[in-house]
Amino acid sequence: MSVKATVISQIQQIADHSSTSLPPLTDDLVLLDSGLDSLAIAILVARLEEALGFDPFTQSDDTAYPVTLGDFIRFYEHAAACADVDSRHAS
Amino acid sequence: MNTPPHALTSIRDTLRNPPGGPRRFLWSAGASVCVGDLLSGRSLDGSVTEVAGRSVVVATRDQFAAALALIDLDGTARRVTLCTPDLAPEHLHAVVANARAEVIVSDYEVRSPKSEARRQTSDFTPQTSDRRTEWVLLTSGTTGAPKLLVHSVASLTAPIGGAVGQEADVVWGTFYDMRRYGGLQIFLRALLGRGSFVMSGAGESISDYLVRLAAHRVTHVSGTPSHWRRVLMSPAARAIAPRYIRLSGEIADQGILNALGSFYPQASVGHAFASTETGVGFEVDDGLAGFPASLVGAPGDVQIKIADGSLRIRSARTAVRYLGEEQSSLTDDEGFIDTGDMVERRGDRYYFLGRRSGIINVGGLKVYPEEVEAAINRHEAVRMSRVRAMRSAITGSLVAADVVLANQPGGPLLDVERDIQRICRETLTPHKVPATIRFVPALDLAAAGKLARHA
Repeated sequence: MSVKATVISQIQQIADHSSTSLPPLTDDLVLLDSGLDSLAIAILVARLEEALGFDPFTQSDDTAYPVTLGDFIRFYEHAAACADVDSRHAS
Repeated sequence: MNTPPHALTSIRDTLRNPPGGPRRFLWSAGASVCVGDLLSGRSLDGSVTEVAGRSVVVATRDQFAAALALIDLDGTARRVTLCTPDLAPEHLHAVVANARAEVIVSDYEVRSPKSEARRQTSDFTPQTSDRRTEWVLLTSGTTGAPKLLVHSVASLTAPIGGAVGQEADVVWGTFYDMRRYGGLQIFLRALLGRGSFVMSGAGESISDYLVRLAAHRVTHVSGTPSHWRRVLMSPAARAIAPRYIRLSGEIADQGILNALGSFYPQASVGHAFASTETGVGFEVDDGLAGFPASLVGAPGDVQIKIADGSLRIRSARTAVRYLGEEQSSLTDDEGFIDTGDMVERRGDRYYFLGRRSGIINVGGLKVYPEEVEAAINRHEAVRMSRVRAMRSAITGSLVAADVVLANQPGGPLLDVERDIQRICRETLTPHKVPATIRFVPALDLAAAGKLARHA
């Protein structure tokens, strides 16, 4: 599953669990307006760490915070690309 | 401030001769008041004589109503107990009893505790107040029922003298509710200083509040690291350009300090150690996480020591004592309060590690692991569980659970996990529900047979 598909699927699972109805998950959706509160977003980041094996928010002390869903997905895609480069360097 | 804190008897004393002229305001989402008018119009109307010399509980839905009531009550009532916005109705009764309250001030119809308080007042003779009102603040306790901590105007205002934000053009904002220690500090700084104060409304979104802060040209803003992470995720973050940003209530890590420093380059970013028990311990303004080791043992208004790995604080800013059934003493023999916050020295700095008792701070809200473990252990397949903090870049920490099963479950593990989550969601508030559950073969026990909790 692509990074984007994993993010979307985890968001849907969290919304299902908390019986939150989500607006259409477009790239320009503001995360804080998505119906997910900051606790739900924190849980999303934790679940994504389990699913993807990394947490881009804690990888460095210089973190920009994503505003839209598109920012959030790009943040993960960028971290995944970096992790991929790192693992190829290591092997 | 014109009056030194130790000489201040009440907020109203200061307002009699308000510094900073008439152009100072308290703004709420739907109301505002000019600070200069606070003395002429008492928000409690004709009820002032009813509260004189009495123990009063303030339980309001709206923090603006609480703020106005506080100004009226301070220096008039014998004791004011300020209920936090999340106080459960079933705990209000205990608060009223522990505070020996005779009057409840509220902006809604309070059910049973009010009638009880009324009965208590029937043969009550008002006492003359010495005008030094005892302030009682609430902080969460192990069982979910709040602990009551006694402060005074002197202890609450002691951190203000010489603090930042005393200039005439300062407009304060805070993401804290003013009924919590962090918000009350900002309220007092604005009121007793020369500034104005923009309060958040009940249920107001962070983006809407930011837009209002911008409209009032906010200059000084405070909140927890989790509040600030939410600000940075809001499209309205660019609307404000504060000169001073303050973080407290949670560990401020280097990531959030750096992010705020680069997003608001014009602002000085400081973090403070403060709690309802200790008051404001110290403020760190060098942009780095942790605090300089030179603070430990240094002379001054606040004395700091480290014992058994935890931070201890002694000052005139601490709470005076616990009120009610709480038996434990607040201070040690030397007058130091053990904050329960574990620290570690690395080079010439101390860094916070977390809480000794395992209390988890989820976005500024305390979670006692025992309460979550009790919920998990209600599942018939569970032998034991341990709840611990898991680092989160969004809320500081999250709740994580390690679970030992009594025997091999009949069905898939995923079903057990789902059932445990359901029990937790039914019995716990959302921030206490484990974000992750891990099944483990065994858990370590400490020497006394208790679960080993990592500091």
